[in-house]
Order: sequence, then structure tokens, then C-alpha cells
Amino acid sequence: MKNFEYFAPETTEEAIRLLDEHGEAAKPLAGGTDLLIFMRDQKITPDVIVDLKGINALSGIEELPDGSVQFGSLTPMQDLAVHPMMRERYPHFISSIREVGSIQVRNLATVGGNICNASPAADTPPTLLTLNAQVRLAGPRGERVIPLREFFVGPGQTALERDEVLTHVILPSPQPRSGGCYIKLANRQAMDIAFVGVSSYVVLDEDHTVVDARIALGAVAPTPLRVDAAETILQGQQLTKEVLSEAGEAAEAASRPITDHRASVEYRRMMVKVLTRRAVLRAAEKARNGNGR
Amino acid sequence: MANQKEERHVISRRGFLKGMGTGAVATAILPELPSQSVEAEETTQEITEATITLHINGKDHKLTVEPRTTLLSALRDRLELTGTKQVCDRGTCGGCTVIVDGRTVYACMTLAIDMEGKNIRTIEGLAAGDELHPVQEAFIEKDALMCGFCTPGFVMSVAALLEGNPDPSLDEVKEGVSGNMCRCGTYPRVFEAALAAAQQMRGA
Ligand code: FES
Ligand code: FES
Repeated sequence: MKNFEYFAPETTEEAIRLLDEHGEAAKPLAGGTDLLIFMRDQKITPDVIVDLKGINALSGIEELPDGSVQFGSLTPMQDLAVHPMMRERYPHFISSIREVGSIQVRNLATVGGNICNASPAADTPPTLLTLNAQVRLAGPRGERVIPLREFFVGPGQTALERDEVLTHVILPSPQPRSGGCYIKLANRQAMDIAFVGVSSYVVLDEDHTVVDARIALGAVAPTPLRVDAAETILQGQQLTKEVLSEAGEAAEAASRPITDHRASVEYRRMMVKVLTRRAVLRAAEKARNGNGR
Repeated sequence: MANQKEERHVISRRGFLKGMGTGAVATAILPELPSQSVEAEETTQEITEATITLHINGKDHKLTVEPRTTLLSALRDRLELTGTKQVCDRGTCGGCTVIVDGRTVYACMTLAIDMEGKNIRTIEGLAAGDELHPVQEAFIEKDALMCGFCTPGFVMSVAALLEGNPDPSLDEVKEGVSGNMCRCGTYPRVFEAALAAAQQMRGA
């Protein structure tokens, strides 16, 4: 690993100032479970590391007055995974977190890091997209809140300016009779990267008609992807076999996978179709049972 | 540049101490520092270092590290605590598992400089004198190792699991060690050992 200057600011303002001052040469460090590996492989060779872990304001989970939940971008994933309120309100987000690496990884890794790395195959973004998550960004010009949807630009590319820090993630409160599901396809149950990830969130009315459906894909496009076309198909419908198939096909059509050592284009596309159907069905089941959003 | 220097002074004490500039911090290099550092040959740039104190197995260790020095390298190469194994050195195998503030982490994925003020436990600190930790006993009892290279990592994962969950199910044990790999395939015995240790510790 190339050596670097190391700063451990204690406030977000200091971090922003350091990032601003050092420009291109600087990289913010969160949990480090990806960045340190990239640095070790010399894929990224920053001259300056701004370690964000010492900034207390970036950790923690709180409920906002409007009922949404805001958590600090540097909160270790494991803290979220064991948090009673998070488990109660956002079980499919928690199950997505539990797909990340292993306990050792989750004890270090952060959702902020997972988002900012913008790996197309990351486990938490598809689910965060289905929850209509927003991200709070702080920079020298002040603060802005944008939908996570607008955050991903390309593989490894985001809307984050070089001198900005993603400080918080905001999750709107889940609706009644909603359910969610994240299905990850990988070779191993732990320590593996998805070759297809599908997340779903479904809200039903009393007659089990779909009031709202959200579907997001991972690992099958340059960025994590919401599939509006599939969502529109489900809207206002009963979840019949035909409707589900149609939604699966729409998701498949929206996907733009590549072939790599993990899986081929053909296989990925086929799995998008199957898993979209399955994820929607499971989400709907949970919505009906009222036991898992 | 004067500006930049000043910047380092205004940042917090912790930030300042850790600011690896060529200024004040570099003067903190210990006299007994070996003339070349572990990875010095890899780089031509000026080596910058800081003196830190690591709290490991109840003892304080003062050492000088570069910012890039991982906790694993500090343990093995600097403090001769070689029970923590280096295998993949990239966060995939669990051989380097240590417990930091009660949680397991991969020592190869953490920077030593970031570990100041934390309570670090390694396999060397598990036994109480000559008396092995119940998890270690159970590994021997159940013959849960072959070559043994992965064992310190597994033992640390199981020890941490049982501290948080004294009565785990088999599935919970499996999840608890899912970040550790064994090329010899000792998993079934590891699971047995973990469950036996749990029982033993609950009874004790
Ligand atoms: S050596 Fe750290 S996980 Fe393999
Ligand atoms: S006992 Fe040989 S690697 Fe596990």
C-alpha cells in the first residue's frame, strides 16, 4: 500500500475543509472494507486519507418528527442490524445488510461507504431505493438532501462532489400493509458479491390490490436501478401469475447486465425476470401478514 | 504552505496527532525505530510516521507506525503477536480475526493508527495464564483443527459469539463463523466445539 497522510477530523466541517484543501489527492475513509483493499491493490492511491470514523455526529440512529428515521452514514452496519427499531420498521433493509460480507465486515462497514463506493452490485442500495431513501450531503456550500435515486451516476460515480460528505441516510416511515424483500444471488451465503440482486417493496389495500410497488435491481446495470416500467404494471392490480410475469419481463428489459466471471448476460437477465416475480410475491405475502415491510 | 501548516494546528488534537505531515508529527519518531520500515521498499516517497499506543490484551504497547500500517502488520511484524494469522490480507478469510471493543474485525482491514484507545484482544490474550479459554479447550476436545492455520481466527469468532449469545443455535454458530474460512474443511467440528464451549461456559 502506498503511504499517505492521515487525518482524523472530529467534525464534519473539519472533514469538508480537509477534503476541500487537498482536492483530488484526498479520499474520505469510512469503514475501510472496500477502500483499504483498493488501496492495497493500488487501484486507488490517495496521498491523503480523511478518516471519518472519529466524527461522532456521523453515527447514530434517530427518529425524525415526521416519523422517518435518519441514521448517520458512518454507523457500522452491525449497529443497524441489531437495532430494535430498525429491525421492526425496515426488516428487508436489515436483511439486505445481513447479506453484506460477514460479521467481521459488518462490524466495520458502513451504509454510507456502501452507497458512496457506488458498486453496481452493492447489497444495500437496491433496498434503500425501494424505501425511497434520501441522502444528506454536506459541503463547503452548505447542505443538500437528494433522493438516493439521483445519487448514482455510474459504476463508482456519484452525485457527491469531491469536497462533500454524505452525512446521513433518511428512510421514510413504512406504510401500513407494506412488505419488502431482497433476494441476492451469489455462489456463497457469506462473503460473496451478488451476481443479481432484486429488492421489492409492496403496499396492498384490504382487497390485496397493489397500492404501491417498488422494484430495484443490483449487479445488472452500471448503477443500482429502480424499474419504473415494472412498478407501473403492478400498480392497481391483483398479483396474478400474468401480472407478475409481465412485471418480471419489464424488469428484465430494463436490466443491462454484462458477462463477467460471475455470470453471463443471458443468465443474469433470466434471473432478473424470475427473481423480480419472486421478490414481489414474497413482499406481498409479508404485506398481507402485516409482519414485515 | 504556511497556510497548510496552520491548518494542521487548528484541527483537533486527535487530528493533529494523526496528521501525518512531515512537520511536527514526524519528529515524534521513536529513537529505537528500525532504520527502514516494513514496507519501505515499496515506495519512494518520504516516510511519515506517528507514535501510537495500542491497548492489546490488557497491556499498552507504544509503537511507531506509518498511516498505512494495518493492525495485522502491527501485531505480527512489530509486536511479535503472531497468533493472529495473515492469510489473504484482504478481508476474505478470517485468519486475522481479532476482537476490538467486543466485536470481531479483520485486523488486515483496519489501520493500526485508527485503533488507538480501543480495547484489542488477540488469541494470545484469551487464555488466563496456563488455563485455556473454554473455546480453546473445546477445539482441542472436539479435534476442531487439522493444519490449524485458520484456528486462531475461528476461536476468536466463536469466543466473541458466545460473549454476545451464550446459548446459540447451530444456525447462529454457523452465522457467527461465516466470516472465517478453513481450507482443511473442519467446519463440522468447529460447530461442535462452539456448541460444546457454549454449554460448558453456561454451566460453569
Ligand atoms: S488475512 Fe485478514 S481476512 Fe484474510
Ligand atoms: S485447519 Fe487447516 S485451514 Fe482450517
